[in-house]
Amino acid sequence: MRFVLLVLIFLASPISSARSGEVNVAVASNFLGPLKEIALRFEKQTGHKAILISGSTGKLYAQIKNGAPFDLFLAADSLRPALLEKEGFAVSGSSRTYAIGRLALWSRDPKKIQGDAAKNLKERSFNHLAIASPKTAPYGRAALQTLKKLGVWDQVQERVVQGENIGQTFQFVATGNADLGFVALSQILNSRNKFKGSRWEVPATFHDPIQQDLVFLKHGESNSTARELIKFIESDAIRKLIEELGYRIK
Amino acid sequence: MDVANFDFTAIGLTLKLAGITVILLLIVGTPVAWWLAHTRSRARVFVEAVVALPLVLPPTVLGFYLLIALGPNGWIGGPAKAVTGSALSFTFTGLVIASTLYSLPFVVQPLHSSFEAVGKLPLETAGSLRASKWDAFFTVISPLALRGYITATVLGFAHTLGEFGVVLMVGGSIPGKTKVISIEIYDRVESLEYTQAHLLSGGLLVFSFLVLLTVYTINRRLPLHVA
Repeated sequence: MRFVLLVLIFLASPISSARSGEVNVAVASNFLGPLKEIALRFEKQTGHKAILISGSTGKLYAQIKNGAPFDLFLAADSLRPALLEKEGFAVSGSSRTYAIGRLALWSRDPKKIQGDAAKNLKERSFNHLAIASPKTAPYGRAALQTLKKLGVWDQVQERVVQGENIGQTFQFVATGNADLGFVALSQILNSRNKFKGSRWEVPATFHDPIQQDLVFLKHGESNSTARELIKFIESDAIRKLIEELGYRIK
Repeated sequence: MDVANFDFTAIGLTLKLAGITVILLLIVGTPVAWWLAHTRSRARVFVEAVVALPLVLPPTVLGFYLLIALGPNGWIGGPAKAVTGSALSFTFTGLVIASTLYSLPFVVQPLHSSFEAVGKLPLETAGSLRASKWDAFFTVISPLALRGYITATVLGFAHTLGEFGVVLMVGGSIPGKTKVISIEIYDRVESLEYTQAHLLSGGLLVFSFLVLLTVYTINRRLPLHVA
């Protein structure tokens, strides 16, 4: 009997969220690495814990619209945060840019990408070219725009494989399954990445800017930790860190 | 919703994948199931456990190992690349290999139980009438084990239709090559195209139900053979 009671008490107690000092953050895959580092510093400094949930911006957007219990959303574009505000899922006027993404063509092989990238792609001396899903991942959209801008989309199209988000795209290249891939520069620079390989940093003019906005979600409106985290992300020290990790800042 | 604009590629591809997988599995699964039903070897329990692994493992485990094994440096993808010039990840062939492993227990287990139910006696009787072993198997055993074959075929087929995690990890979502129905549905849901997602999901639901209904009806009418 006592056991049953204990079990009932256990089941009835809240498992995460809502408790003060915790914040649920939905983060676009490209920014997961940097945010882990930021969350670590945040916890050290304030004692508050940030729980990170990552995925493609499109997927997280769909989840938020369907009632996901997230307090903050760090997207990989400015479109979804704006939509969430307009549709009443986010606190209006709360969205702002925390980073501007940089796209890079990357290979694990140090000699693969040399000189003219368009020529590299046109020659098709690669098995697969990995990009993130252009529909749901802003880095995928930027990759598609870049390929079209280079005028090689028709030639490479049949060799393109799609990752569900930029994290999976990176992993396709990192495991050697795809010779080339358009990934986030921050992923290549990440300290956990063992392969420096070769890369071509895509000029910012080749695609629409990857303006990465964060937005304060209705679910977290009363969560003071969420507000603190936003402030923390916007502090000079963290902005500098974000830049070092492979982004531009506004 | 414009049905005219609807892409049927994923459906055709999925049916093709499930069909090829099930044929391969019947070919591979029959001797394995036969051996399991009749051997006294100590290795039996190990083989049984290995066959049942895909039932309990998360698809991510299989997906992770396959991604490495099928890739250009993997122990399957490497030799394949040496022979054909390309590795097996992101290819239809790669998906066939993945599905064959993934659906293995769904074919082997029903065959195994039906071979056990039929027993050795019919084979020995046929042998005493001077039928060769192969002849006996095809003319005596397999008709007796028909129920097992129907169940194995249907479950293997249906389970391959329902495959998701493994394909997501080794497929690369290439339309017409590796983008199967389940991935298509996932994509549609993610991009909030609920109409198309509904159409595909509803279709798969009805189809799967009808398939199972058919197999259970047939099984009810077929006699059970117990030696």
